[in-house]
Amino acid sequence: MTDGNDATATPDGGSAKIRLENLSKRFPGQPEAAVDDLTLEIPEGEIVIFVGPSGCGKTTTMKLINRIIEPSSGRIFLDGEDVTKVNPDQLRRRIGYVIQQIGLFPHMTIAENIATVPKLLGWKRERIAERVDELLETVGMDADEYRGRYPKELSGGQLQRVGVTRAMSADPDVMLMDEPFGAIDPITRDRLQNEFLRVQERIHKTIVFVTHDIDEAIKMGDRIAILSDQSHIAQFDTPERILVNPANDYVADFIGRGASLKRLSLSRVRDVELHDWPTADEGASHDEVSRLLQSSDKSAVLILDSQRRPLRWVNAEHLQRTGDGGSLAETGLPPEAVVQPNATLSDTLNEMLTARYSTAIVVDQSHAYQGIVDIDTINETVRSMRTAERGRLRAESSEAEEVSS
Amino acid sequence: MEDEGWLSSFLTYLEFAWEDLLELSIEHALVVLVSLAIATVIGIGLGVATYRTDRPRDLVLAVTGTLLTIPSLALFGLFITLPGLGLGARSVVLGLVLYALLPIVRNTIVGLREVDPAVVESAQGMGMGRWQRLLRIELPLAWPVVLTGMRVSTLILIGIAAIGAYINGPGLGDIIFSGLAQIGSASALNLVLGGTLGIIVLAVLFDLVYVLIFRLTIAKGIR
Repeated sequence: MTDGNDATATPDGGSAKIRLENLSKRFPGQPEAAVDDLTLEIPEGEIVIFVGPSGCGKTTTMKLINRIIEPSSGRIFLDGEDVTKVNPDQLRRRIGYVIQQIGLFPHMTIAENIATVPKLLGWKRERIAERVDELLETVGMDADEYRGRYPKELSGGQLQRVGVTRAMSADPDVMLMDEPFGAIDPITRDRLQNEFLRVQERIHKTIVFVTHDIDEAIKMGDRIAILSDQSHIAQFDTPERILVNPANDYVADFIGRGASLKRLSLSRVRDVELHDWPTADEGASHDEVSRLLQSSDKSAVLILDSQRRPLRWVNAEHLQRTGDGGSLAETGLPPEAVVQPNATLSDTLNEMLTARYSTAIVVDQSHAYQGIVDIDTINETVRSMRTAERGRLRAESSEAEEVSS
Repeated sequence: MEDEGWLSSFLTYLEFAWEDLLELSIEHALVVLVSLAIATVIGIGLGVATYRTDRPRDLVLAVTGTLLTIPSLALFGLFITLPGLGLGARSVVLGLVLYALLPIVRNTIVGLREVDPAVVESAQGMGMGRWQRLLRIELPLAWPVVLTGMRVSTLILIGIAAIGAYINGPGLGDIIFSGLAQIGSASALNLVLGGTLGIIVLAVLFDLVYVLIFRLTIAKGIR
């Protein structure tokens, strides 16, 4: 193995949807290649993130895949077929493409924008109309309201949704996304990322996703390729393993401090065990609530409404203050730090710190109470992940030694 | 009282000469329209052919720019000496086409270059070929700027077409030159005024038509 790229770029198992073979790109008038002899396999149905500092060639590499930039040498395989020389327009119709600036066609309606590729592929009018409506609903936009609108009438977040929708319109197996959530405010970005992951759980596309943001990479990626200059692969692995065991100083530097904190983005509330907490209905009497408090080791009771949605935190002091006739719904403290099962532990911890509580309430989609995550659970999760990864790595390296000896 | 004198004389003139004036105005409008149509086809063609390449683009802009600086009398004078052209409408149309080129070529180039590269890239990324991109994305987006160039050209042509009468071209220039030829006579002022007024009215009418074309042909999303 003379080439470092080859050694790190082979994923463990799974079939390769895209295979890049000794791919290079030299731009005229530049002494160094922008992409230098890259070999990489992208497994089917995964989100693979290209992450690296600006100028490392990650965007160029992505654009080589759909040949927006033609490679100088090397080959590209899609589903095992060499697509390096096929008609680029035909190739691109099979690959969804989203760029940071979105690039919606301003003179066309949202429906016309989404219909672009199906129209190029010669779909029937009714089928296109159906598909447009279906996709708009998928990303939570009312089709009747939005299909006839123009891009300039939409907010940044909505434009982004339409951009992703347009890329998915002809149901391509592969999508290329260049910083798709880069130009949006952090709150909307977070929501769109979660939304996208939820859609991906269902559609299982093979996605190449470019970002410079390691946190986004960890959150979104099934696998991350950390790239250095000229698109050399510094490490290509799962987020867990990159965080626990960076391959070299470059990767460690790039992850930066706080790898433990970043690991929190890898687990979601639904992955950890929820704890029970004493709860009472809002109609319960004060006596019942005090008895509940005395019988548990917790200092407060969570009051739920008739649909089991969290209403208030109530402790002994609150009970005393309101007296017997007072409504439970109006005393105590508001239930802040409420999260849904798909929230990351990082988000959850953030909620807790913001609310200054040491527990977060977990609710389901309809906001009904599910259980509690406390700060100890989060701490425990980080620790066990680290141990588990270390153990796995040790096992792997001893296996490798056995093979080589 | 002298003022009232020329005004009433002019009104009397209009009363009996309006049919002539109308006919000349229609001729004038036609020669402008024909020249504009030819210039638009050539201008947009040149713009499309050169907007992505530095050298040819600069060359086209320099040549069409230089054409616009040649005095119209000199240009027309040159044309009548050329075989196949000579006196009449043909030379006038050729001259007008050359004058109309710069605003149209220039605005086509500017309009196409102003199209957001991200929009073009996303079109390319979705598998639109070169021509599809040009016809469905780039030209429609550049259209308001191109149309503005055509509007400027039209105004320029309406003025210059009058000079065409000097080489026997059609249009309102005819009576202006007749008036200038008999300056001092009673009817001279009426002829010049009538021709000038006709040109102004034409210019206003053309502009109104442009307002309508802008409304009708520019996509709602980019208005």
